Amino acid sequence: MNDLLAETASQTAGPYVHIGLAPNQAGFDIFEKNFGNVLVTPQTKGERIRIEGTVMDGSGTLVRDVLIECWQANADGKYNHPADRQSGKSVDPAFRGWGRACSDFDNGIYSFETIKPGVVQGRKGRPMAPHICLWIVARGINLGLHTRLYFSDETDANAKDPVLNLIEWEVRRKTLIAQRETRDGKVIYRFDIRLQGEGETVFFDI
Amino acid sequence: MSRAPAPGDEFMMRDTASHPPAYAPAYKTSILRSPRNALISLQQSLSEVTAPVFSADELGPLDNDLILNASKDGLPIGERVVVHGFVRDQFGRAVKNALVEVWQANASGRYRHKKDQYIGALDPNFGGCGRMLTDDNGYYAYRTIRPGPYPWRNRVNDWRPAHIHYAISGDGWVQRLITQMYFEGDPLIASCPILGIVPSEEQIRGLIALQDVSGFVPLDSRAYRFDIVLRGHRATLFENHVQGAAQ
Repeated sequence: MNDLLAETASQTAGPYVHIGLAPNQAGFDIFEKNFGNVLVTPQTKGERIRIEGTVMDGSGTLVRDVLIECWQANADGKYNHPADRQSGKSVDPAFRGWGRACSDFDNGIYSFETIKPGVVQGRKGRPMAPHICLWIVARGINLGLHTRLYFSDETDANAKDPVLNLIEWEVRRKTLIAQRETRDGKVIYRFDIRLQGEGETVFFDI
Repeated sequence: MSRAPAPGDEFMMRDTASHPPAYAPAYKTSILRSPRNALISLQQSLSEVTAPVFSADELGPLDNDLILNASKDGLPIGERVVVHGFVRDQFGRAVKNALVEVWQANASGRYRHKKDQYIGALDPNFGGCGRMLTDDNGYYAYRTIRPGPYPWRNRVNDWRPAHIHYAISGDGWVQRLITQMYFEGDPLIASCPILGIVPSEEQIRGLIALQDVSGFVPLDSRAYRFDIVLRGHRATLFENHVQGAAQ
């Protein structure tokens, strides 16, 4: 094992992460194609949803310079990646399942336009409740934070989810449940992230 | 029959000793932005071992040329450098088709960002960002202007050494990494709080690019070499049988 190389040390994304990962947010236009927070095209299969929320620090102050990436399965519960060998499910060519969003510099709100993912087979064949993986980076975050977003209208599936059940402190599980609401006929899931303090979001070492 | 993930898809667990701690008071902003609870450790599922796949047609021909990709009416000012290296996993295997995104200040230490108020001048011909995919050997290369150091609000007279930010997306979600590359010989490296919180000299050395004479472009640019290590796929000896039995 002595030959095993060490993973390169992580460093903060810093305050100017937008330049590299979301130049339009930094205030300029450079690339022809940009990666963004809209995961769907008109061809994508599945229920349209909007994920929306804020990120707060340990003092309750909005973190307005955060960048969040999401990674999720499609409506069938299949990841668009060769390691997903689940049978009987197909990749949706109109859905990669990945996006990145920045919090607004003024109101601190981030959002994703996506679809609700299906159930994915977990370890030992146990189904995992529909969920979206989130990765959070910002100035002051030395190693990107991983969490998962689950859905408030999936009570039964959530109750059996192997990852939620791994969280010993039941009271903390609710920090991972996005709340469904409807606004102007659109389905919104509200997901606020608390980096520290009262109601601190559960983060994972994956 | 579905089984997830398959042997060989899982990654080595993260060695937290390779990374700065979340709470690192010398870097003041980390104090209120670091979780106080322990991270919950997960055995990887499909959600962690998969990741977005990117294709070359998503990138433009100048995306890895920071000297030209924002040029308006001339060339940006500063030292021309090529930065290149390999993205490998912990076993030294090439990570192919990894998305490498970079961003940096210009030669004055000024970022093209609406929130950067530093007095250093913007360069009308420099944007400061680029991106590329690694080839089948895990190799990447881009051309840029060497960034300048700049002051920042931490202690009153803290200065960042010259650096280039990196975001790397590999084969699995667990490999996602953001880091910074520094330049060999920069005297500010020794006093930088953001580098100082990296837990070992060896890990700090891993963030410092070495001048690479073999990569120099004669009469044009110097070169720096910067290799990146992402987490490796682990062997899953015997575990299949155990899992099969449990089912």
